[in-house]
Amino acid sequence: MKITIVQFPGTNCEYDTEYAFKELGCTTEIIWHKETELPSDTDLLVIAGGFSYGDYLRSGAIARFSPVMDAAKRYADEGGKVLGICNGFQVLTEAQMLPGALKRNEGLHFISKHHHLKVANSENAFLNKCDVDEVLNIPIAHHDGNFFIDQEGLEALYANDQVLLHYCDENGSSKNPNGSVDAIAGITNKEKNIFGLMPHPERAMEALLGSDDGRKMLEGFLSA
Amino acid sequence: MKAIVNISLKEGVLDSQGKAVHHALDALKFDSVDDVRVGKQIVLELASDDAEKAKAEVTEMCESLLANTVIEDYAIEIIA
Repeated sequence: MKITIVQFPGTNCEYDTEYAFKELGCTTEIIWHKETELPSDTDLLVIAGGFSYGDYLRSGAIARFSPVMDAAKRYADEGGKVLGICNGFQVLTEAQMLPGALKRNEGLHFISKHHHLKVANSENAFLNKCDVDEVLNIPIAHHDGNFFIDQEGLEALYANDQVLLHYCDENGSSKNPNGSVDAIAGITNKEKNIFGLMPHPERAMEALLGSDDGRKMLEGFLSA
Repeated sequence: MKAIVNISLKEGVLDSQGKAVHHALDALKFDSVDDVRVGKQIVLELASDDAEKAKAEVTEMCESLLANTVIEDYAIEIIA
C-alpha cells in the first residue's frame, strides 16, 4: 500500500506520519506542495499536521491554494481516499472538501495533551478496525480545533453517518477540550472517501510513548 | 485607492476572544459594555481608480480567500 504525504512550508508531522505508515508495512512518499500531480500509485493521500504557511490569515487558508490541492481534489473526485490530520483537517475544510470550519479553541489556549475519543461511526474506510463507542487515547495538539458547523450542516452529518469521533473522558462520557460543536473531533464527507480529524493517530503508535491506539485507526486504511 | 476589509465572526458563532476581552473590561469596571466582538482588519492598496470595480474585486477576494464565509462576515470600505 502506497501512502503519499503532502508537505507544505510549515508542515511538521510528515515524518511522524511516514513513520506510522511504515510501521504498518506501507511504502510512503513525501511530496512538496508545488507538485501538480500525485504519484500514480497512491492508495491514500495524507495531508499531515503542522502550521502550513504559519497559519497566517486562518489555519489552512493559504495552503488550500497550493498546486497540490488541485491534484488532491481531482484524486478525491475520482474516489481516491484522503486523510487530513490536524492542520490537514483545517486545510480540507478551507478547501471545502469537508464541511464546517475550525475556529480558535474556546479557551483560547493551544492544547497539547493526550485526550480520549469515542468512535461514532466505524463503517468507513478509516475506522473499520474500531468499534462504535470504543474509547481511544490519542494526542491532540492544536490552537484552532474548535469545530463549527451550522445546525443544518450538523443534522446532515448525523443523517449520513459522517461524524467519526467525539472527544470524551476515559469512560466515554462527553468531555469537550476546545468548544467543538457536539464535541466533534473528526468527520468524513458524504461519499466517505475524505477524512479529517484534529487528533494525531500517527503520534499514538507505541504503548511506550503513552498509547498505541493510533495503530488501530490507521490500520483501517489497509483493509479498505 | 484603498480598501479596508473588516472581518468578524458571524452573529451566532461564539467569539471566544470577544468574550475574554469583555470579561477583562468587566474586571476593569467598565460596566457599560454589552457585548464585544474581536475581528481583524485587512488594508489593501489598490492600483484601480474605479471604486465600483474595486469593490467588486475585493468582494471576490473576500469570498475566495480573505474571509471564511462558513464562520465569518466581512465588510468592505473603499477610500479614494
